[in-house]
Amino acid sequence: MNIPSDLRYTSEHEWVSLEGKLATVGITDYAQGELGDIVFVELPNVGDEVKAGSAFGTIEAVKAVSELFAPVGGKIVEINEELQDNPTVVNSDPYGDGWMIKIEVKDPGEFDKLLPASEYQKLTE
Amino acid sequence: MSETASEVKLTPFNEYHLALGAKMVPFAGYMMPIQYSGITEEHLAVRKNVGLFDLSHMGEFFVSGPGALEFLQKMTTNDVSTLEPGQIQYSCMCYENGGIVDDLLVYRLPDQYMLVVNAANLQKDFDWLHSHKPGNVNLVNKSDDYGLLAIQGPNAQAVISEMSDYDFESLPYYNATTVKIGKYNVLLSRTGYTGEDGFEMYIPNEQCDDLWKMTTDAGKKHGMKLIGLGARDSLRLEMKMTLYGNDIDQTTTPIEAGLAWIVKPEKGDFIARDVLVRQKEDKPSRRLICLEIEGRAFPRHGYELLHAGKVVGQVTSGTVSPSLGKPIAMGYLKRELTNLGNRVDVKIRDKLFEAVVVKPPFYKEGSHR
Repeated sequence: MNIPSDLRYTSEHEWVSLEGKLATVGITDYAQGELGDIVFVELPNVGDEVKAGSAFGTIEAVKAVSELFAPVGGKIVEINEELQDNPTVVNSDPYGDGWMIKIEVKDPGEFDKLLPASEYQKLTE
Repeated sequence: MSETASEVKLTPFNEYHLALGAKMVPFAGYMMPIQYSGITEEHLAVRKNVGLFDLSHMGEFFVSGPGALEFLQKMTTNDVSTLEPGQIQYSCMCYENGGIVDDLLVYRLPDQYMLVVNAANLQKDFDWLHSHKPGNVNLVNKSDDYGLLAIQGPNAQAVISEMSDYDFESLPYYNATTVKIGKYNVLLSRTGYTGEDGFEMYIPNEQCDDLWKMTTDAGKKHGMKLIGLGARDSLRLEMKMTLYGNDIDQTTTPIEAGLAWIVKPEKGDFIARDVLVRQKEDKPSRRLICLEIEGRAFPRHGYELLHAGKVVGQVTSGTVSPSLGKPIAMGYLKRELTNLGNRVDVKIRDKLFEAVVVKPPFYKEGSHR
């Protein structure tokens, strides 16, 4: 199981990286493995505001549909357009090319409350 | 430990699935492989080449004795009297009101009948049969004594031919025989649930290890892949083959489900005969139909079908077809709306997607004979 130590995590199996005020969000290797073949990823529009813990999109995998929850609140400044045509990149590269959205974070304190890799690891055992 | 967890059984091939890295899930009381490499990849392997399935969860009942034919004629809707030894038919059992107890295969073996039933219905089916069984019929549940392997795909015959000198070309679709494989006499049929050519082997538990090795060795030469229940579901859906619990159940009749072809009132009396005859004459108020859906939609069991804003049915099975690359679904729809080409909407969360009633099967290139 790949759980990079430099990222933060949610109990809903999203990962977050933070550079300045810009948070990048995706789903974890564990999540993509559980979901299996991903068929569609529905993402919000650039400019939408999201709150921490609110749903921002959905993943349709062959087995099931799952909601995506924003780990931190703020404004969506970029979405991964590539996922529209090639959603399986979430399966093959969940922490890289499979990223989903970038959020301009309102309250960096929300990031600090997310799970470190060691804590997240326990949720996947 | 929960009661269900303690009752989950393992198939005779469990250790091989684990060694191959299969994702295992509890299904109908068994730990079953839902996928190995990925559902889409496995699906396409069966369509284009050949795949191997462990279906040991399926139930096998044996029916014998002087009253066996009469008993099965009463309990099932298809005409068992038409079966010659070695022949197999698809059939179903109904409750008195026409609701389906289960769908099943009836094998006529040389000296008895074998019924192959859904794992999830095994006990219910056995109890139902047993409660109607006269004294001159023997009914035995041997489900725990057999493993079941299915080889499916256009190259299935190439694989099975590696394992035996038997002339498989001479075995028609929906026929069974006993074939010498290694030192064993294996009960084998040309059947499947994929729309492709294929073979199913009913293997006593103690022979399962040897048969697994022989089958996977034979498959290596032909690039055979292991296939889980995930791809089994999308393969059968592309063929409009119904799945009990999704498309048919005790609240649906074979007439509504498009299975009138396995209901044979001319054979004489059977459970639900009159109800089904009347429903066929009066026409059912709903029918199970096939839908192709426009757009980036993933239809699933339970989603509503709408017409002019009103609910007119629901999806019973759906997927994004790996073969066709578009969303497909089966569902019950009010009869007035079931003509080919009619349009309805599928409601997926809060969005409506346009769907059109199409002729089954969705996938028309199947290699089955």
